[in-house]
Amino acid sequence: MAGKAPAGTSRLRAATRENIAGWLFVAPVVMILGLFLLLPILMALWVSLTDWNGQGSPFRAGVPFVGVDNYTRLFTEEGLARQDFMTSIRNNVYYVLIVVPSQTVLALGLALVVNSRLLKGRTFFRSAFFFPSITSSVAISVVFLFIFANSGAVTSLLNLFGLDGPQWFADSRGVVHLLLGALGVVDPSSPPAALTDGGPFGLSWWEWLSGPSVAMTTIIMLVVWTSSGTFMLMFLAALQDIPVTLEEASMLDGAGRWQRFRYVTLPMLKPTMFLVVTLGLIATWQVFDQVYVMSQGNPAKTTLTPAYLSYQTAFRSFDYGSGTAISFVLFSIIVVFALIQRWVMRDRNGGAGSRRLRRS
Amino acid sequence: MAAGNRTRPGEVRSRTLASTFAGYFILIFFALVFLYPFVIQIANSFKTEPDAAANPLSPVPHPFSLSGYEKVFLNTDMPLWLGNSLLVTIVVTLGRVLLCSMAGYALARIRFRGRRVLFSATLGVMAVPPVVLFVPKFLVLNQLGIYDSYTALILPLIVDATAVFIMKQFFETIPVSVEEAARIDGAGVWRTFWSVVLPMARPALITLTILSFQGSWNEFPHTLVAVQSPELFTLPRGLADLVSGSLGKGTQYPLKLGAAVLATIPVAVIFVVFQRYFVRGANEGAEKG
Repeated sequence: MAGKAPAGTSRLRAATRENIAGWLFVAPVVMILGLFLLLPILMALWVSLTDWNGQGSPFRAGVPFVGVDNYTRLFTEEGLARQDFMTSIRNNVYYVLIVVPSQTVLALGLALVVNSRLLKGRTFFRSAFFFPSITSSVAISVVFLFIFANSGAVTSLLNLFGLDGPQWFADSRGVVHLLLGALGVVDPSSPPAALTDGGPFGLSWWEWLSGPSVAMTTIIMLVVWTSSGTFMLMFLAALQDIPVTLEEASMLDGAGRWQRFRYVTLPMLKPTMFLVVTLGLIATWQVFDQVYVMSQGNPAKTTLTPAYLSYQTAFRSFDYGSGTAISFVLFSIIVVFALIQRWVMRDRNGGAGSRRLRRS
Repeated sequence: MAAGNRTRPGEVRSRTLASTFAGYFILIFFALVFLYPFVIQIANSFKTEPDAAANPLSPVPHPFSLSGYEKVFLNTDMPLWLGNSLLVTIVVTLGRVLLCSMAGYALARIRFRGRRVLFSATLGVMAVPPVVLFVPKFLVLNQLGIYDSYTALILPLIVDATAVFIMKQFFETIPVSVEEAARIDGAGVWRTFWSVVLPMARPALITLTILSFQGSWNEFPHTLVAVQSPELFTLPRGLADLVSGSLGKGTQYPLKLGAAVLATIPVAVIFVVFQRYFVRGANEGAEKG
């Protein structure tokens, strides 16, 4: 206790030094993130409440303040703004509903095959499946534009089998509509009045039920193709974490291949499965690059997504208020999924933590 | 007695053989699905326009032609795009590696007031979807008077919350005793960081360098909201400009695919050389959740 005073002051000085050093180390990151992440969000909140047209500063006195008009126009007021927004939501919902399950199943399947110990050349195949995920989204979209072009590779491939492909990028027909027509349930050229007469948010039930358009399916295929590789790696890491003894034990118990997968492997993969699905949900609501390069929302607005619509509204129609309002609605959709993810992952923190320890 | 012993060895062997065969079949089929588009991309960039239109599937150009690439360099701003992309990529990568490892180190090891709050803020920032920031980022760049400049192209990309997180995780695995020894020898915080800890972080630094290179070379949407003058276009922006609006019309494909090949090559080369770092990066991205 006697020597406490001098030790205390030097400790105090050391603490001050640590404080200063710490803040100096993080200062550049904090400033840049604040300037280009936090500030933009605050500014955009203001702009979404105005009718700013891009001229001068949005904080000038003359900029008309419109309250929550930009938001209500998206939901409650009849008009083109709501029609476009709801169309983009519909398109994105179908896109999510197909992309997320497809890429999850494909990624898991590929991981299981690549993980099999009997096969040679697994490193090569792993790289081959992962390679598309690291390439430029713009360059890959250009390649798919060519592949699905009217005289393109897919059309020639289908011709080899005696099939006629659709005109992919010009085809705005909904896949569900086509299916209903093919099954003879509903004639797509004259849908029943019960479906066309009304529906929520300014779109008729018939429009809501369209499914993704043929043009949208090309973007769906592109995205499943590019993103499966990354998710495969996540499944692969989890598969390699499953103790071999567990598999051996179940084999001794006489479990068949399917039983082993169903009752041993799959339960062990549950946290990864959850991660892959939520990461997928978060990413698929942000589809933008592919839409920009391949379709710009066409044909007949069937590839319009909220992300692209917000860009288009702000930078093509110079309606910055509505554009930012769409961004915030999209933001809240994505935040819901992000929060669900964090919440469930926290629940499993013990398991995840021990896994992390083992790997490092 | 055990139920598993009921199958005879011969049966097991033939079943293993069948499943090996099925395994290879699946692997090869999907390898074709995942790689053939790149074969098509490269092959058609060396074709003449009529050949590309008539035989898009063929992996062999007939006749072999460099006119696609000639047009890329003579009729487009490709040299400019390459230069801009290279500049942006190098500055962003260097900046990101330095600044994010500094911040990661501080969050992992320096006991300063507010670091817990800062770390939670970093996690929060990582959850902000970049796509909703397009319009907002433009507003700030415009307000600051740097819209349509190299500063706008580079500065906002130079810091990445995920990179901070990766570095923090790594620095926490380095034993504290190493730093304590350096401190006892009289090294200050910066010296300890720069000459003791950073050299030990080589694997993490390589991972970060590669992820930053790939991310900034491929970056597209940010260029849309940061610049509008063609002199400031990077390769993805120039490429998008070259094709957008042409909606599947079968024109100039060897040229467009040639430009796409040039945009793909640098990252592809790095991927082949540094594969395991890409794999590590993907898994570290997964753990952030």
